[in-house]
Amino acid sequence: MSIVVKNLSKQFGSFKALDDVSLEAQSGSLLALLGPSGSGKTTLLRIIAGLESADRGSVLYEAEDVTHQSPKDRQVGFVFQHYALFRHMSVFENVAFGMRVRNRPGAEIKQRVQELLHLVRLEGLAQRYPSQLSGGQRQRVALARALAVQPRILLLDEPFGALDAKVRQELRQWLRQLHDEIHLTTIFVTHDQEEAFEVADRVVVMRGGHIEQSGSPQEVFDHPATPFVMDFLGNVNVFHGRVENGMAMLGALNIAYPEYPHAESRDATAYVRPHELDIERFPFGTSSLEVRVTQVNPAGSVAKIRVFSEQFGLALNVDLNLERYIELQLKPGDQVYVSARRVRVFMPNAPEYSI
Amino acid sequence: MHSVPKHLPNAAAASTGTLRGRAAQQDPWWIRWGLISCSIAVLLVLVILPVANVFYHAFSHGPVVYWQNLTADAETWNAIRLTLLVAPVSVALNVIFGVAAAWAITRFRFPGRTLLTTIIDLPFAISPVVAGLMFVLLFGAKGYFGPWLQANHLQVLNAFPAIVMVTTFVTLPFVARELIPVMEAIGADEEIAAISLGANGWQMFWRITVPNIKWGLLYGVILCNARAMGEFGAVYVVSGRIIGKTETMPIRVGTLFEGGTSATYASSFALASVLTMLALVTLFIKIALERKTAADLKEAASIQQTE
Repeated sequence: MSIVVKNLSKQFGSFKALDDVSLEAQSGSLLALLGPSGSGKTTLLRIIAGLESADRGSVLYEAEDVTHQSPKDRQVGFVFQHYALFRHMSVFENVAFGMRVRNRPGAEIKQRVQELLHLVRLEGLAQRYPSQLSGGQRQRVALARALAVQPRILLLDEPFGALDAKVRQELRQWLRQLHDEIHLTTIFVTHDQEEAFEVADRVVVMRGGHIEQSGSPQEVFDHPATPFVMDFLGNVNVFHGRVENGMAMLGALNIAYPEYPHAESRDATAYVRPHELDIERFPFGTSSLEVRVTQVNPAGSVAKIRVFSEQFGLALNVDLNLERYIELQLKPGDQVYVSARRVRVFMPNAPEYSI
Repeated sequence: MHSVPKHLPNAAAASTGTLRGRAAQQDPWWIRWGLISCSIAVLLVLVILPVANVFYHAFSHGPVVYWQNLTADAETWNAIRLTLLVAPVSVALNVIFGVAAAWAITRFRFPGRTLLTTIIDLPFAISPVVAGLMFVLLFGAKGYFGPWLQANHLQVLNAFPAIVMVTTFVTLPFVARELIPVMEAIGADEEIAAISLGANGWQMFWRITVPNIKWGLLYGVILCNARAMGEFGAVYVVSGRIIGKTETMPIRVGTLFEGGTSATYASSFALASVLTMLALVTLFIKIALERKTAADLKEAASIQQTE
């Protein structure tokens, strides 16, 4: 079942939570709504579920306009950020709730709950209470409870937000697997770009109540449409400067920029990811910048190096792979040279140019 | 052996730290003992002695005489029956109002929300006698509704309706005040989840809200009931104190006490002892329920914390 959202707007007092938002999630896809807090992603999800009403616009499931339907008629599975499990009910009763309020026969409920507990790998815990479960287990009960009503679509609000890093990683992979098994059109909200990229087929980046960019994870990561997306998708080094006559003059970084051959000088900002910077012991090429190493942190899969250019008063983050780091034998205080393999230049009100 | 010398300075520092902490909290012995004996003396003179005395007087001629004193005259029986009718009706009205008010205050944001919270407490601040007078001014012969009520032969004042109204008025805050913090702490998440799973409003209320607030609700009901049975001032003003008709238990105690004979005097103590027992029972239930609600709130807090 596909989900189509057309021109949704929602205002809370003077705060514009959503401003003319349109999007489509294809049938059977897994879509991530990604954005910082206050970007409107949770409001959008709640409107899709029918837990909140929109001021303007419409929501369609396949061809059916559900804008004015109650959550019950929409038949959605919703997983809440803090799970919202019923604290006075056992795991079994939590999962059974949606069927109980629909007056399904007891035998059917029993069978379905057992199937679902098997699906979320909690068979032995049916008689436990939410307070006796770990965070990851609560999360899976919430998911089983949402699936019990045989929803047409599945909506998850920050599903892993409250879990620690290891459990989060496991559950992410598990959610992706589960999605591949049950093929339910799924939308989930997250502020964690890594999570969105790892799990989703499609990523929708939101900011200030509108959609900044949407596309496959690859597209969004490689071709960020705006400086905001670039910035939001991870650490970046920012250079401010100007472009003219096919050159970008960005203070520390002067590079050829053939996309803008005009003589008229314009403001521009360049973004370089830490892993797109290289470090050498000696100057190389025309654009390498003399810097001093201020901090070295080789913990993790990459070595995170912080360098400082005294000439421009500019601090940069560089990610080196570990072999390269060992080869260079970097220590704080070392004099080295930095160059960029890839630079993205944004001019205000202009499309992205990439070198 | 390495760890011992390493450990010692730490342990010493820790113990002097706590000693100092304790010393700072401790006042000289004579202040401590003075305050403690003062409190005990006040409790003894103002609470324990009078309560014990009521039972002493009531039972001074044995339980058989006690029972006779209590049941000898039909008027006393009537007062007991009236109280047993007024209290449940007021409690029921208060439960309906309390749940509705707590729901409105904790689940909705609307203009005048804080004002409503304050107004709920108003009956606590108004003297019950004044509360009774307010109803007399409304429903009495010279009141706003008096002539209309008279023309339609409806008896409010000096009758059951007025007694229920003033009793409900003076007990109004009990249920709402208990529920507001409980519902605030539990939050609306589970209720919204129930809706998302297809429950209608009624199912959500009975299956999710009520089980979550039941101990707090019961606590409010117990306090409300105790106050409703014991109310004197407001009922005194509006009931007309018609012997055998509109006397509640506390009013009857007063009437018997002023009766002047040793028989009425004994009966008044017997009836007073029933009210006192009711208070003691309330106290014990209250303690038990306080533990339950505290556990509920603690659980709500811990669930929010682990999330």
